[in-house]
Amino acid sequence: MELLAFGDTGWGDELFYATLMTIAVAITAMLIGFLFALIFTPLKLSKNKFLNLIANSYTTVIRGVPELLVIYLLFFGGTGAVMYVASIFGYNEYIEINAFITGAFSIGIISGAYSTEVFRGAIQSIDKGQFEAANVLGLNKFGKFFKIILPQTLRLAIPNLSNVWQITLKDTSLISVTGLVEIMRQSYIAAGSTRDPLFFYSFAAVLYLFLTFLSMKLINKLEVKYSRGY
Amino acid sequence: MDLELMINSFPKLLGATVITLKLLSVSLVIGLFIGLIFAILRLNKNIFINRFAYGYSYIFRGTPLLVQIFIIYFGLGQIEYLRSTVLWVILKEPYWCAIIAFALNTGAYTSEILRSAFQTIKPGLIEAGKSLGISNKIIFYKIQIPIAIRQSLPAYGNEIILMMKGTSLASTVTLMDLTGVAKYIISTTFKPVEVFIVAGGIYLFMTFIIHNVIKYLEKKYSFSQ
Repeated sequence: MELLAFGDTGWGDELFYATLMTIAVAITAMLIGFLFALIFTPLKLSKNKFLNLIANSYTTVIRGVPELLVIYLLFFGGTGAVMYVASIFGYNEYIEINAFITGAFSIGIISGAYSTEVFRGAIQSIDKGQFEAANVLGLNKFGKFFKIILPQTLRLAIPNLSNVWQITLKDTSLISVTGLVEIMRQSYIAAGSTRDPLFFYSFAAVLYLFLTFLSMKLINKLEVKYSRGY
Repeated sequence: MDLELMINSFPKLLGATVITLKLLSVSLVIGLFIGLIFAILRLNKNIFINRFAYGYSYIFRGTPLLVQIFIIYFGLGQIEYLRSTVLWVILKEPYWCAIIAFALNTGAYTSEILRSAFQTIKPGLIEAGKSLGISNKIIFYKIQIPIAIRQSLPAYGNEIILMMKGTSLASTVTLMDLTGVAKYIISTTFKPVEVFIVAGGIYLFMTFIIHNVIKYLEKKYSFSQ
């Protein structure tokens, strides 16, 4: 137990901050994922074949290729890509991208592909009559989307989004390979310096279990909230 | 675009694909076996057996695969007692550690898939078997299992694809699988995009094959409408 003491003698405080980092990365990645879903879901549902193709390639490639490979692509290629874009604007200095941004962005791209599929499924399963009713009521595009379609989409999407959240949360462990100090990386450091990997990796497992358990509880509450009236 | 690098790295990556496929197939076979056992345990009426099976699937589904591999590869070697037993022959090999972790992980997901498949079988079918005077054992093997397999095919297909992606984590315990070799080439040439296209293409091709095989099986075993 003294291994988990707070302060200089144990790893308690380090692991606590690492847990906060994991939560921060997971939430940021989930939000980036929503942003991607916001762009690609309309493309998927569009009648234009070319836009369809773009959205389908995104979701197919990301869901068919290992997360680790995507992370390596962005970890090794991210700096180059950003510097290339910057050089177009005439900025030629070396740009170092922080590990948090690379990590959250790569997990976000992955989570976005899953979210896109969830939103597509949810919107497609909304009854056609709802769209027609909104038209009949004379709502404009925004009113139609925000007042009629979105609330119903959310209700249908929440159970599946909760799965996406669990996947995203667990995927954050993979960005430990880039050196960002989250639960996995901190356990690796602690295990290395105390020569007690069994304890620290098991403790990491407990932390992840705690996070998944806690988020399940919170999501269940959301589900109840959005199912009012059903 | 460095086409030459892409062409040169293709055979190396293809060679590494063999390891990926080996890891995948061995862990799927063991995992299916584990999954079937735990699905049956989950349906047991004894609350302790039931809880035990639920706990297993809860823990393995609630923690990242990376943690599971690290506990088995780095953690178990720490136990002095294990080092003196026959088990050590297996546990000192990263290859087998990865397979144990993958099999236990996919076993947990498979048990959930099979459990829900067993539970959705209409009681009428089992009752029909009983009224024909068929023994419980035969009902289980000849009625419940074939229907459950058919029911779980789509979900199990997804699980195979997820597991294929999961095998990439073997590269974190020094195994040179497809992702491991891809990372090695990226870190020596600093050409991530080219290598990603080739390695990602191989992964996508495997996903495509798995997807179509499952689709074919689904059609073949679909109930006559």
